[in-house]
Amino acid sequence: MKIIIGLGSCGIAAGGLKVKEEFLRLVQGNPGADVTMAETGCMGMCYKEVMVEIVDNDGNSTIYGEVNEDRARQIFESHVLAGKPVTEFIVRSSTQETEHDSFFAKQERIVLARCGHIDPESIDEALQWDAYKGLEKALKEMTPDEVIEEVLKSGLKGRGGAGFPTGQKWKFARAPQSEKKYIICNADEGDPGAFMDRSVLEGDPHAVLEGLLIGGYAIGADEGYIYCRAEYPIAIKRLNIAIEQAKARGFLGNNILGTGFNFNIKITEGAGAFVCGEETALIASIEGQRGMPRMRPPFPANKGLFSKPSNINNVETLANIGWIIRNGADAFASFGTAKSKGTKVFALAGKIARGGLVEVPIGIPLKDIIFDIGGGTASGKAFKAVQMGGPSGGCIPASLIDTTVDYEELNATGAIMGSGGMIVMDEDNCMVDIARYFLNFTQSESCGKCTYCKIGTKRMLEILTRITEGNGAEEDINKLLELAEQIKKNSLCGLGQTAPNPVLTTLRYFRDEYEAHIRDKKCPAKQCKALIKFTINQDKCVGCTLCAKNCPVKCISGAVKTPHTIDQSICTKCGTCKAVCKFGAVSVD
Amino acid sequence: MSCNNCQGESKYFEAFERIMAEHYHGSESDLIPILQKLQGAYGYLPKDIITRLSERTGIFSTQIMGVATFYSQFRLQPTGEKTIKICFGTACHVNGAEKVADALCDELKIEMGGTTPDNKFTLESVACLGCCSLAPVMMIGDETYGRLTPDKARKIIRELYAKGDQA
Repeated sequence: MKIIIGLGSCGIAAGGLKVKEEFLRLVQGNPGADVTMAETGCMGMCYKEVMVEIVDNDGNSTIYGEVNEDRARQIFESHVLAGKPVTEFIVRSSTQETEHDSFFAKQERIVLARCGHIDPESIDEALQWDAYKGLEKALKEMTPDEVIEEVLKSGLKGRGGAGFPTGQKWKFARAPQSEKKYIICNADEGDPGAFMDRSVLEGDPHAVLEGLLIGGYAIGADEGYIYCRAEYPIAIKRLNIAIEQAKARGFLGNNILGTGFNFNIKITEGAGAFVCGEETALIASIEGQRGMPRMRPPFPANKGLFSKPSNINNVETLANIGWIIRNGADAFASFGTAKSKGTKVFALAGKIARGGLVEVPIGIPLKDIIFDIGGGTASGKAFKAVQMGGPSGGCIPASLIDTTVDYEELNATGAIMGSGGMIVMDEDNCMVDIARYFLNFTQSESCGKCTYCKIGTKRMLEILTRITEGNGAEEDINKLLELAEQIKKNSLCGLGQTAPNPVLTTLRYFRDEYEAHIRDKKCPAKQCKALIKFTINQDKCVGCTLCAKNCPVKCISGAVKTPHTIDQSICTKCGTCKAVCKFGAVSVD
Repeated sequence: MSCNNCQGESKYFEAFERIMAEHYHGSESDLIPILQKLQGAYGYLPKDIITRLSERTGIFSTQIMGVATFYSQFRLQPTGEKTIKICFGTACHVNGAEKVADALCDELKIEMGGTTPDNKFTLESVACLGCCSLAPVMMIGDETYGRLTPDKARKIIRELYAKGDQA
């Protein structure tokens, strides 16, 4: 019997370490029981964390969800000791169907194949699952040019957002003659609401190392850097362990696998600057400078890190490489559409019933991801829009839910594929507020180099703020459009060039909401504080005093068993009264 | 010959010396890792440490300050005993992070970025903690608190204060 505990960041945040301690205590308290304990990374079903898998001696797997210390004790006593699974907590099982199987039915796992199955701190488990077989094949059977050709043929595009063909990028970096070249893994996952790369790094670090090694071999680099956010301590720890293990097994260092290929990897911790996701800014940051983008050309392929030819790929891109070399370009290209091949990992979050990490073949309709996999909105309220691509992306409205997930189709909506953040919104979300939220983010993350980005985003944010505060003017929409165009045209890097996208897409699909804020001074979603008012319906209120007791600013008055009233001059519109009222007596307008 | 002050001073710079010996290899690209380690040891980047770093490396202190102020990770002011990191990621935002933040500001009577007068808590906003399925989320020290409401957030603070009083 084996007890496997999911300890990705999500699992730990949900209390995974306490569950682990409880199981450890139980195992130690039953020395006679034939039980081993193991850990794994993200299993994908974030909405069911903490997750625990029990594998019995026949190899049958049972996965339990929302495990806490109390459930751990029940599972241990009933399943582990007595062999009787605790049916009510099961979310997945190899012997029976569950309602959660539909979460996986339309998924296709290449990048996440090992995540949640292997212990990320054990190279032996990764090797059992074919890790480094692609590297071995590349080094022993293929020339660097053949590797590049294979990646080109696979149709793999950069998964960080821009979608540039990876093979092409490698070709550019291979071309220059230089004694020293670098290959860099961009693990500075900065989009708020995106956690794909973190989960891969935490769940299967060897996949990323293998991709970096193969890329290094292809372009002629002997040194690799992984630029990882300092906010991902578990990912950094597991990468360091993986690097040491790979060195000990001869997959890293000098004369790798006896082929004469030398390669070493260093980890650089980012220091919290969103713009460092841009490649020239990232290079400046590794060099110890302020992370500000520079003009291109020269492109990093010719003059990159420490002025040497360099190539930069995103985590997910690299995690595909081993699989492609191992299984061949054709196998990879069998997934996807005519123009976009393979799979894409998405972090499904927001107002979604079943949030988590999903990997789907490119070309799947958005509605399959949101409804079949994600189970629709958590609130049961109407689905309003999905935000893709974070601060560089846009909002796709419910009316376009049949759009397929493909670089070209998504670009046509004004959103982008992006790095994989997918935030679902229901009818309670105000789209003007969402636009303001993203502008606030890009504005504070603008490095300040380009005037249009630095000042233009500030002006856009001011306009959006005054609209949400009920002070918008009729000409504000045109001002936003004009600023958006100028910022896009006159910014050096992707941050500025795409910063207006959240505003442009919400204006395109939800212009009526902007107009309601400006003309009628109303927020249709009832979110913008300055435009809403909480009142107590005197006929429905029974005077239970619950709202008055819970009001943080004590602005509700009334005697017991008589209808209460809200003092509007004090009310901070926090909504607590509405949330606690059991009689539906509090309304918001 | 020695005086207490000098002893105190050399003790203060002990961590600095240790970090420099371990992480400075004579290159400008060592700067950010060194600043990270220094902040880890001192809790923030004190002025006298930056001056000493400049003297030792030959990197102008204006350049060090340029780097230190560019990246959001670096702090030039000390923080309270515990830092409350409230997540402003998109998933948290659509699930009401702003209301939770308002409640925390009100409960602690400080602004975002401020430290309580008793030096117990510093309130910080972060772009994304990455546990989006638990949104809205905050971290206090190493502990993560998920699925927050304004009320729940207030109660957590009150409980932490109550625990502190007992101890």
